[in-house]
Amino acid sequence: MSTRRLVLLGLAVSALVAGVLSFYASAHPDGLSQVAESLGFAGTARDSVTSGSPLAGYAVSGVGDARLSGGLAGLVGIAVTGALMMGLVLVLRRRASRRER
Amino acid sequence: MHVPDGFLDAPTSVATAVVAAGVVGACLVRSTRHELDDRSAPLAGLVAVFIFAAQMVNFPVGAGTSGHLIGAALAAVLVGPATATLCLTVVLAVQAFLFADGGVSALGTNVLLMGVVAVWVGYGVFRVTLALLPRRLSSVSIAAGVGAFVSVPTAALAFVGLYALGGAAPIPLAQLAAVMTGWHVVIGLGEAAITVLAVSSVVAARPDLVYGARGRLPALELRTPEPVS
Repeated sequence: MSTRRLVLLGLAVSALVAGVLSFYASAHPDGLSQVAESLGFAGTARDSVTSGSPLAGYAVSGVGDARLSGGLAGLVGIAVTGALMMGLVLVLRRRASRRER
Repeated sequence: MHVPDGFLDAPTSVATAVVAAGVVGACLVRSTRHELDDRSAPLAGLVAVFIFAAQMVNFPVGAGTSGHLIGAALAAVLVGPATATLCLTVVLAVQAFLFADGGVSALGTNVLLMGVVAVWVGYGVFRVTLALLPRRLSSVSIAAGVGAFVSVPTAALAFVGLYALGGAAPIPLAQLAAVMTGWHVVIGLGEAAITVLAVSSVVAARPDLVYGARGRLPALELRTPEPVS
């Protein structure tokens, strides 16, 4: 399998996971939240300064349908993550090839 | 296991941010010199994307509790531990700044727990396990699963260590350690399952791109045609 094909396949799987499967995620508190609640220190958590973000809580503000809102947020998330990581990798590779010369 | 703002006091949060920044800086250098090459570079982008996606899907672990993939060992085995630290840092930063998942003042803490402790402990356990297993390509996925399993409760215990230094509330630490370990051992089983699935898929398709499989591939033979006599 070519690298291009592998990456495209991986991106397709990721898009399905973030865009569709995420809707079926368990809504229960995760391990740390559960522990914080049971031991009584959950109340010390403060709202994030980014809680007013239009994507806060993996939902696009203004999109009413939960399935659509969460799916869109997931797709935006993988696009931003992929762009940042590939940008970083390209910068690092460029610096490496400059040094090799 | 995203730590929100407020669980740890300001000095502890600042200290974890300083340590995390130092390790990330060292990983930028190590990743460039020893891990990234032109062939495997696209895989680093894919790994970050997959981890972001998979972290959205909490799976139930019983008694009204859930967990999700961290992806530390998965990333370390596929693209190398220093590059894995960079992948997790990018994912955690996107989550904190865009999605309000994990506090912004707690970003250093989260990078330290999931991007440093989970990655390097997971990778260390992977290496040790791989050395004990038969020299087969399939051993790579199994060792990755073991590393993944151990990485989760280890990161949970690292949180307990930080809480001992600067927790916001007076909580009995032995009890905190016990319940954190208990839940995260169960979550670690899910982590191991997803990691084995993901690593074995890439190993099946392109073992030559997998960092943790370096030196495990059959050497290519150079053959010349038999001379005609």
